[in-house]
Amino acid sequence: MSNLQAPILLVTIPLLAAFFAALGGMLHRKISFPIALIAIILSFHQSIIVLLKVVNDGVINYRIGGWMPPFGIEYVVDHLNAMVLVVITFVSLISIIYSKLIVERELPDKIPQFYTLYLLLTTGLLGITITGDAFNLYVLLEISALATYALLALGKDRALISTFNYLILGTIGASLYLLGVGHLYIATGSLNMADLFRILPSLSGNSAVMVGFILIIVGVWIKMAFFPAHGWLPNAYTYAPSSSICLIAPLMTKVSVYIMIRIMFSVFSAEFTFANIAWQTAVVWCSVIAIIGGSLQALAQRDFRKMLTFLVVAEVGYMVGGVWLANEIGISGAILHILNDALMTLCLFLVAGILIFKTQRHQLMDFRGMFRKMPVTMGAFIIGALSMIGVPPTCGFFSKWYLIQGAIEAGRWEFMAALIFSSLVNAVLFFRIIEIGHFQHETDSHDHAEEKISEAPAIMLIPLVVVAIALVVIGLYTNDIVTNVIQHAVPVL
Amino acid sequence: MESVTSIKPLLAILTSIIVVVPILLSRKHPNVREGWSFLAGFVKLAIVGSMVPLVLKGTVIEYTMIEVVAGVALKFRVDAMGLLFALVSSTLWIVTTGYSIGYMRGLKEHSQTRYYCFFALALSGTIGVAFAANLFTLYLFYEILSLATFPLVTHHQDAEARASGRKYLTFILGSSIGLVLPAMLIIYNITGTLEFSNSGILSAGMSKGLMSVLFFMFIFGFAKAAVMPFHPWLPAAMVAPTPVSSLLHAVAVVKVGVFSIFRVVTGIFGIDNLRMFELGTALCWVAAFTILAGSLVALSQDSLKRRLAFSTIGQLSYIVLGAALLSKQGMTGGMLHILMHAFGKITLFFCAGAIFVATGHKYLSQMVGIGRRMPVTMTAFFIGSLSVIGFPPTGGFLSKWYLLLGTLEADQPLMMFILLSSTLLNAAYFLPIAYKAFFCSDEEAQFEQKIDEAPIWCVAPLVFTATVSVGLFFFPQPFLDLAKLAVQGFTGG
Repeated sequence: MSNLQAPILLVTIPLLAAFFAALGGMLHRKISFPIALIAIILSFHQSIIVLLKVVNDGVINYRIGGWMPPFGIEYVVDHLNAMVLVVITFVSLISIIYSKLIVERELPDKIPQFYTLYLLLTTGLLGITITGDAFNLYVLLEISALATYALLALGKDRALISTFNYLILGTIGASLYLLGVGHLYIATGSLNMADLFRILPSLSGNSAVMVGFILIIVGVWIKMAFFPAHGWLPNAYTYAPSSSICLIAPLMTKVSVYIMIRIMFSVFSAEFTFANIAWQTAVVWCSVIAIIGGSLQALAQRDFRKMLTFLVVAEVGYMVGGVWLANEIGISGAILHILNDALMTLCLFLVAGILIFKTQRHQLMDFRGMFRKMPVTMGAFIIGALSMIGVPPTCGFFSKWYLIQGAIEAGRWEFMAALIFSSLVNAVLFFRIIEIGHFQHETDSHDHAEEKISEAPAIMLIPLVVVAIALVVIGLYTNDIVTNVIQHAVPVL
Repeated sequence: MESVTSIKPLLAILTSIIVVVPILLSRKHPNVREGWSFLAGFVKLAIVGSMVPLVLKGTVIEYTMIEVVAGVALKFRVDAMGLLFALVSSTLWIVTTGYSIGYMRGLKEHSQTRYYCFFALALSGTIGVAFAANLFTLYLFYEILSLATFPLVTHHQDAEARASGRKYLTFILGSSIGLVLPAMLIIYNITGTLEFSNSGILSAGMSKGLMSVLFFMFIFGFAKAAVMPFHPWLPAAMVAPTPVSSLLHAVAVVKVGVFSIFRVVTGIFGIDNLRMFELGTALCWVAAFTILAGSLVALSQDSLKRRLAFSTIGQLSYIVLGAALLSKQGMTGGMLHILMHAFGKITLFFCAGAIFVATGHKYLSQMVGIGRRMPVTMTAFFIGSLSVIGFPPTGGFLSKWYLLLGTLEADQPLMMFILLSSTLLNAAYFLPIAYKAFFCSDEEAQFEQKIDEAPIWCVAPLVFTATVSVGLFFFPQPFLDLAKLAVQGFTGG
């Protein structure tokens, strides 16, 4: 027990700021942005404190209001969620700075509403990650989902209909989760995760517990768009406004993967998860299909953002498959990929946002002549692309390294083949864009002497460059991240 | 073996990465810009050269940057073989920079700043491969080289460049991701390390099937070595400006391929293992096929650069054969051939480029009597041909001599026969060019008697490399010593 207040602060600061952003926005619409920005900077700072504390001193248990578990809500921060918390606040910080101009242009009359929702979504994601209570997790899951629906629905074209589609499926997923938690509560009388972890082994033959587990896992799969429940994601993300997609796309699926890992190993046990139900093989096969199918569908797209959304689907396959390889290396790879994939998805969606900001379009063909016009943006794009392909020293290579090691260890050659296949398809995908940017000029004049650089504003460019550099730096420090953080987050199998 | 720690290998690599910045900054002043390339070239050569005395004493220079994955570090080690290769590449970079000035300005090429930047990056990749201490580091720089050469190959940015660029990436990137990466991960999984060691890291207890599969995944995966059937990218890459073909596709890129094969044969598999499983003999046959087929196809090419490209394909397999013979003399010959072929072939490419700059001709049928107009160039061409064929007094004779001794030592008389017949084929496709350039009747000649050479920046480099080709026959030190030293290390005595 420590007196550290950071765990609660990092969630409550954005929550309170959400109210102030709404209230302040009534006075003047320009007030919301600084409020939101300050709140997220503070929250980011707190998450760093928490991470360092966990790395140095081990797990933090924080009892809200001093209530003893299992009656009160407990926040438990171990190595796994300490890392995810930093990822969330970092992504949130990057994209709030980046999207300032986009929001002013896309939603000029809804600025306070936007920042309120933005903060609520961040709060929800942080809460999901930090809570040690299965029901509290559901509440925060819904908070973040509602904020997401509202943010996505602000988009153009088919945004409304695809968001509605997402709302239906998301609600089904959340309901299944809630139903599963209900089963567990009936069987154990507890909602505290640590408490459940203690009680559940004595109920190993209990069919209610078994059904509860399946319901929770399936619910989370729907939330994360895991094959075959991935259909909602591409449309919902494609038509989203670029102001919020940079927060949603990198984080929503990753946080769902986090929930899955948390439920599998902290509520239930590895033994229960992998031994009691013989579906491990089937799950890995599903992730193989997710990876191959997602990659191939990405290949069929002409729209850059839609292509990225299918890659998100494929990447979910990486992580779920890695966890269900059921060995330590595979799970390490999946956890590492939560970090790496969040950053590389962020990088590419930031590029997409800049493309839309500058040209109002987002087809692959709109990359014509971009190397000449926007060299910095395209440089960052190449680093993001290489990370997706898995070229060292970008971080994407190293999570792939661990995942493939896990596949070899488990003898799951189909998973290894799918990962290599996806690397090859990604190479085709991204080099197709590089080709368009390199070979095709908007005008036919071959006037190379005069270079017309027309980059995005610095407030968008700097966050992008920071992320691109992070992709390489994190790649090089993989071993430190694994030994200091991830290794402690992996259950002993 | 004694080893010292020094940052020199890293500095040698970084020189040509850092120089990109001043090159970009001085893009408006071509003379200053090329001055930077020269400066970096000389600095790099000085750093590489300063390591020669130490390495000749049998010392190994090491530098570890960071451990990226457990047991695998970004690490450099300078041994005799790596130093030999680095010495060749960095010397020829300076020569080629001079030649580039003559060629690129002579033809008023566009985007010259981009050209010099990526050229410098490509050199960093090459030196990185030469100094890599483990398979991971080698792979990293191998990929950097693949990517850095793409904008060079596709420099003209037209339809032909685009098609060739695709072919280039498909073979080079596709094979490295599809074959080398999984093979590397499997080896890491088995041994827990990727460090090159003089006796190999795989144990003899491995099954023959697995070892053979892994072995050929590397041989074909390093498609830069252009072992058939993974060769079609090389003729396609001839679409690049000639300085690129000269340095990269006669020296840096292709030699990186064979160098990687040499490293894997000696450092990963180990000579004893390969002997025991008779994989050396299998590789001999693959190389023999490529040698003969490459030479035969070269006979029928009318485009000078394409004829040189197919000749390169054949000659590269000489080096592969040298490794595959697994005998002392054979490996010495293979390593020497990296050097000798480099100087011989770069001379020939320089000549092809000089002819193109001076006359605009690419095809051999248009070059009858060209010796009347460009006697210096064509004399150099003749010397370069002799070296590639392996005629004394040129350096090519030495490497071929050792290779032939190697076939006897390895008791492979058939391979000796193949080398000799290839020599005849080489003579058959090279000598008529030089002969027809000088000796033809006045009616046949397509050129006037007036001497009109290419610019001095084009001619001086090719005179230099032709002279060196002859000089190496008389003074093969320190290269011969380096090669012998390296072989001593691999064979343990």
